[in-house]
Amino acid sequence: MPTLTASTTPVLKALTFQELLLRLLTFWAERGCVLAQPYDVEVGAGTMSPDTFLRVLGPDPIAIAYTQPSRRPADGRYGENPNRLYKHTQLQVILKPPPADIQEVYLQSLEAVGIRLREHDIKFEEDNWEWPVGGAWGVGWQVMLDGQEITQFTYFQQCGGMDLDPISGEITYGLERIAAYLQDVDSLYDVVWAVDPRTGKAVTYGEVRLEEELQLSVYNFEAADIDKLWEHLRLYEAECQALLESFHATFKVEKKAERREKIHDQLVHDGAPTPADEDVRVALRRFPVLAAYELCLKCSHLFNLLDARGAISVTERVAVMARIRNMVVGVAKAYAQQRQKVGVR
Amino acid sequence: MIAAAEAELTERVVELLRRERLLEDEHEVHSYSTPRRLVVQVNGVRARQRDATREMNGPAWAVAFRNGEPTAAALAFARKAGISEEQLRTTKFEEEHLRGTDLSSELLHRAEMQDKLGDRREGETRLFKVTSAKGEYLAAMVQDKGRPAAEVLPDRLAGELAAVYWPKNMYWRPLKVEFFVRPVRWMVALLDHAILPVEFAGVHAANLTWGHRILHGDTPMAVDHPDDYLGVLEAARVTADVKLRRHRIRKALDLETRSVPGASWREDAALIETVTHLTEWPSVVLGNFDPEFLELPEEVLVTVMRDHQKYFAVESAEGKLLPYFLAVLNTHPEENGIELIRHGHERVLRARFNDARFFWRVDQKISLEDRVEMLKGVTFHKELGTYWDKTQANRTIAEKLAGLLNERGTSVDTQALLKAVELAKTDLTTELVKEFTELQGIVGGLYARAQGLGETVAQAIYWQYSPAAVEDPIPPTVEGQVLGIADRVQTIVSMFSIGLEPTGSKDPYALRRAANAIVKILAETGLPLVRSDLFKAVPAEVAAETQKKLADFFQERVEFWLRDMRGFAYDVVNAVVAVHSDNMRDAIARAEALTAERGSEDLAAIGAAFKRIKNILRQAAEKGILQPGQETVEVRPELLTDPAEKALRDAANELAPVVEDLRARQEYQQALKKIATLRPYVDLFFDKVMVMAEDRAVRSNRLALIGEVLGAFSRIADFSELVGS
Repeated sequence: MPTLTASTTPVLKALTFQELLLRLLTFWAERGCVLAQPYDVEVGAGTMSPDTFLRVLGPDPIAIAYTQPSRRPADGRYGENPNRLYKHTQLQVILKPPPADIQEVYLQSLEAVGIRLREHDIKFEEDNWEWPVGGAWGVGWQVMLDGQEITQFTYFQQCGGMDLDPISGEITYGLERIAAYLQDVDSLYDVVWAVDPRTGKAVTYGEVRLEEELQLSVYNFEAADIDKLWEHLRLYEAECQALLESFHATFKVEKKAERREKIHDQLVHDGAPTPADEDVRVALRRFPVLAAYELCLKCSHLFNLLDARGAISVTERVAVMARIRNMVVGVAKAYAQQRQKVGVR
Repeated sequence: MIAAAEAELTERVVELLRRERLLEDEHEVHSYSTPRRLVVQVNGVRARQRDATREMNGPAWAVAFRNGEPTAAALAFARKAGISEEQLRTTKFEEEHLRGTDLSSELLHRAEMQDKLGDRREGETRLFKVTSAKGEYLAAMVQDKGRPAAEVLPDRLAGELAAVYWPKNMYWRPLKVEFFVRPVRWMVALLDHAILPVEFAGVHAANLTWGHRILHGDTPMAVDHPDDYLGVLEAARVTADVKLRRHRIRKALDLETRSVPGASWREDAALIETVTHLTEWPSVVLGNFDPEFLELPEEVLVTVMRDHQKYFAVESAEGKLLPYFLAVLNTHPEENGIELIRHGHERVLRARFNDARFFWRVDQKISLEDRVEMLKGVTFHKELGTYWDKTQANRTIAEKLAGLLNERGTSVDTQALLKAVELAKTDLTTELVKEFTELQGIVGGLYARAQGLGETVAQAIYWQYSPAAVEDPIPPTVEGQVLGIADRVQTIVSMFSIGLEPTGSKDPYALRRAANAIVKILAETGLPLVRSDLFKAVPAEVAAETQKKLADFFQERVEFWLRDMRGFAYDVVNAVVAVHSDNMRDAIARAEALTAERGSEDLAAIGAAFKRIKNILRQAAEKGILQPGQETVEVRPELLTDPAEKALRDAANELAPVVEDLRARQEYQQALKKIATLRPYVDLFFDKVMVMAEDRAVRSNRLALIGEVLGAFSRIADFSELVGS
């Protein structure tokens, strides 16, 4: 582990970026969290990963932690701004229901990465969160460490337009910022990502990610083909909506008998008896709601790209957001219905 | 938010104690709050409720007793009132006073009787017979024995907690049992030394509290008695008293600033409140930043410090910004902690300033003039088009107003004004404004200056949104004032034209604020503009119905201004605007004159007489005696017969041109004094003359006379609006 010093500052023994990540994951794993992998579809925030957005729905308790690279095309700065990134790394913890001492446990996690609380100024400032496109909102705090926002802390209240019961507690760490703080560097690109323990050779955040920031900024702002982006958006949306329509056609709650008949037609040869509830359950469980959600995420990212490209007029903006909301909320409702009927996974 | 909740909870608790007869006449109320707690302490709470008496009405006398024996109905009533059968049988009924039928005498009677019965039979329920307008019936005076506070309060206190208003609250327990701003973690409820078993949100009150999250840790602290509370918390590193915390923050700011010779921190009451309610154990650290950043405009630096970091700015004795800042901490750090914290805050501010400088530099790559075209992509309102469209409309209005002003002898640099209008909204496309939206206008002005567009243009753009709040200053230049007016008039008229006028408490586009700003600019500058000039300058066709709404809306804003901002009495304001309110400064001058003169008895008498005249004319019109428009018919002197009416006419004829001359010269107070001299003639007239005379011609003539007097002397204010003192 390197000892990093800056000209005017006390000596800090700081974690590398990857040590920070590992320590936090270990901390939460030791407190019962399942460590999920980063979701492999583009998302703007860890909240949009199905591990948060969908799994906060329904009654099953969960405890999950994962890192999530989060893409925000409009935030790209070609790698020139020391504090802004197109893609930053969130570490997301979801606890359903949130334990009563969730804030205290969170503070312990800061100690675990070398922040001695008694030597710092920590404030919980009111900060409420909402994602209108996902019909989602919550209340909470931004956590300030010596004037730096390092974490968003949210008690989820609604998701997909549905009240959550029980609610979830969400902790989102901004890893780059915390690392830069710990290492006392002014540019995120100077953050030490890793140090080879055999040679002591350090690899910086810039070495790992600068090219990506530059090239993706060029793509997001200049090169992306606007017509094709629109076309992709249309295609993904159509597929998602087709799935949702099929879902509703098949599993409409109020027409149970009809539904059975239809599934019967699909599943069984003519003349077979009416399918049992078990068959409905199987069909429902097989339905690719999760795939529909991935299609929503694709649309959301394409929307962000079009936005960064300056291709969405303000009038269109409202309409397109409404289309995506329609999909996202539709999928969330379908998911909730599916989980309710199929049971605990 | 926490301050409001503290006040509300306090009010609720005190009201509860009062309602429950638990509050001593002599009592003291204290309240405290921190980001983690709300506290109410009341000294002077009774251990037991005061006893109370209550009257219960029973069955009619005839139903209650048959042959002197109580019936089943009487027995049932007695049971309900807690009276034994024996008492019912042995009571010797006296006839009570006959009850009045009107409410006040009945209430008085009850109070008297309660006193009487209370004195006579302390603590005992008794029966009596009532004879009222409704007939005779059996009644009981029931004693409600006070219950112990410890029994009454727990449920009620939980109810008050649940009722506290939060702008945004949450639920956290399954089934959404209760809502509060954040999950409730513990409660302390004490009646002297005893724990009150309050239960809220599944939490049972105890005598344990928790101190500063980091400095004190997880160990609970016992509170034996409410008087110990502040001391216990203070030992656990929490200053619960808001006033004390605020005071300590101010002292600490002073102290830290002292290390910079000649410097002081920039007063900011709103920021003081913010940090007071963000901390439990505050201290202050002074940090500095690279003086190189002082090349950025002060406005940008202060916004970053205040709005984004909640830091106080530090200035020299001359008010110049110094490269220091003050951060209010929620801790007293240990050992080298203070250096770490200072360093941390400096680092964050450096990053923020770097961002701002980065945006500033990037923004300079595209001049404001080149950004005009970009406004076509920025929506003003989806039905009203883009800011580019708005800019065109603003330009037409500004051009017309400038024309009027130049005609009327107020010099306006029209070319600079129109350049400012054209560029006014372009800063909405800059990175700096996207990042710091509160700096819109200001950034445009600073960029205009940096891009060599001239001081007149820069100043006008810079000040366009001022005054935002009524207490803010108005733009210092004529061009800035005209730009501000043109922009707001355009917004208001176009919003009204698509039906977006404010209703009730809803004003999503802040149109009232915009109108207040226009009123303020007209009131406080020498601009020779009246309200109707503004509307006429708007290029769009405005429907008659909308025009009416706009006129009412502006009149309301003028009244608001005169009443709430200038402090004129509401009847003075009504009297003044009833005449007209087109010219703001003229309305103020008339209101001032009327306020000065309204104490005069003569003027008050004129007011009363004019009110009478108005009534007579109205009734005459209603009865069809006067045809519409007939009020203005000429008085025929040959029909004036009574000396009193002749005298009134002569006096009025003599006075009218004098008053009119004074009015034209805006010597309103002199004019009002003159009008007051009319009083004896008016009094004599109403004393001697019957307006509604039998003779039709005489009657019409007298109506014409009083109409003429009313018209001639109501051009400064409508005196009939004045309310007698």
